Amino acid sequence: MGERLAIYRGLLAASVRSQLAYPASFALQCLAQALVQLEDMIVVVVLFSRISTMGGFTLREVLLVYSLAGISFGLADLLVGSLDTVASLVRTGRLDALLLRPLPAMAQICVSDFALRRLGKVATSLAVLGYVLAVSDITWTPLRVAILLITPLTGVALLGAVWVAATATTFWLVEGQELPNAVTYGSGMFTSYPVSVFSGWLLRLMAFVVPGAFVAYYPALAILGKPDPLGLPPVLRYSAPLVAVLAAGVAALVWRAGLRHYVGTGS
Amino acid sequence: MDAVIEVDGLRREFRRRRGARLAAVDGVSLSVRTGEAVGLLGPNGAGKSTTIKMLTGILVPTAGRVRVCGLDPVRRRRELARRIGVVFGQRSQLWWDLPLAESFALLRAIHRVPLDDHARRLEECVELLEMAPFLATPVRQLSLGQRMRGEVTAALLHSPQLLVLDEPTVGLDLISKERLRAFLARSNAVDGVTLLLTTHDLPDVERLCRRLVVIDHGRVLVDGSLDSLRRRFGGARRLIVDLERPCPALTGLPGVLDVTVEADGLRQQLAFSADQTSAADLIAAVVARVAVRDLLVVEPSIEDVARTLYTS
Repeated sequence: MGERLAIYRGLLAASVRSQLAYPASFALQCLAQALVQLEDMIVVVVLFSRISTMGGFTLREVLLVYSLAGISFGLADLLVGSLDTVASLVRTGRLDALLLRPLPAMAQICVSDFALRRLGKVATSLAVLGYVLAVSDITWTPLRVAILLITPLTGVALLGAVWVAATATTFWLVEGQELPNAVTYGSGMFTSYPVSVFSGWLLRLMAFVVPGAFVAYYPALAILGKPDPLGLPPVLRYSAPLVAVLAAGVAALVWRAGLRHYVGTGS
Repeated sequence: MDAVIEVDGLRREFRRRRGARLAAVDGVSLSVRTGEAVGLLGPNGAGKSTTIKMLTGILVPTAGRVRVCGLDPVRRRRELARRIGVVFGQRSQLWWDLPLAESFALLRAIHRVPLDDHARRLEECVELLEMAPFLATPVRQLSLGQRMRGEVTAALLHSPQLLVLDEPTVGLDLISKERLRAFLARSNAVDGVTLLLTTHDLPDVERLCRRLVVIDHGRVLVDGSLDSLRRRFGGARRLIVDLERPCPALTGLPGVLDVTVEADGLRQQLAFSADQTSAADLIAAVVARVAVRDLLVVEPSIEDVARTLYTS
């Protein structure tokens, strides 16, 4: 186990060194990621100069959801973001080279492009979270503190699971990078706002089928001690860890099936 | 001696439009023993690469039995990866943006090779393949010849029993090709690594492989030693004589099948059947008739063998 960790640490370090081969480009990308996250937030703030609540949430409450989602998105992107290379690995045959090594393919792909620039987004989100927590008067209980600390983890697991499953579809649809892209960026956008601003099929699909509501929305409700504007059972706000475990299990199955399909068809 | 590769009735179909099925590999049986050097030869689309993919566990066979190093390649792919080395010319095992030496260090960790074993093997490869001048160069800046030397080293660092090479010399210049062939021949002879290579480059086969398996349309056409193939399919040996003075064609010599006259009769090529006369007898007969300045006996080339096989 320790030996295996050492291998991945070596691979990660190599990936980081590859990025630092172009230091100026790396610095700019970090900055760009941080700015994009900030830019989106400014849109929210400007929007609130015209409206007082969004889906039943005040500005600070929206920013809480937004920053929690941003942290999870940035970290998930850091961990499994390299999976967006799967389609090209399949097309160019470079996936074969990975399969010929005695390590799991997914782990190798994830550490192959460990894009530290994504920490830019995490940094901005952490700053916003700090600000929101400082100015809001939240009644802190041990449970709420625990939820605050565990939410980035469950969020990473949820988003990671969704992306892994979406990416695995490219084993069947080699030219179908649009689907995983839509899911990745779609889930990023969706989870950043209170899900109660959405409605109809989009709400049902993105909040509960793709369990986006558990990334930041329900944890935020639990931290704020706020009733669910959707009027759904209160147990949901504590369900994120369970949903995350289920999602990770489903994602692992889909990935394995995808890889088996690849080895079965030899595209 | 154990069999490193055992293949029996191997078949692989690919689905085409409207459900039509095409067998890329159609009943290949093959057994390769430890220490052999086998050339897998065949025209494009013959099923060579498909066969290799099934042997290395990255493609599931439609039917048939495969064992490599005693393992079912697809089920135990990662375990097999520790025991074999694979060089796909187009599918690099190296880290593009990092110095070549770092790729070797990473592969050492991946394959869990003890540090001192690794150092010893690497030093040997670096010396034999003359890689010292570019070990610190990022892989993306290497020439193709330098990169291929790196790829072969990368595939051998974990001391595999079997080295599978898919077109290892394609695109290399003559010197690079020869250096690589010499290295592979040494790995086979000295380290006892079993070699299986596909190639279009027939000198690769002549230099490296004592045994040839020719595949076409997914089937094994011929499986035998290079010498036996030459005898069966290579046709005639040739005696090339340079004469002191121009002469008319040297016809009527025993065992000679065909005479070609070049340079206005100063050079003549006599194709002769090895069954009917020996080179020594033929030379004696030629020298008895004309004044010879120089002569050369040419074995039938593997190109001739291949040409006969593919067209028959």
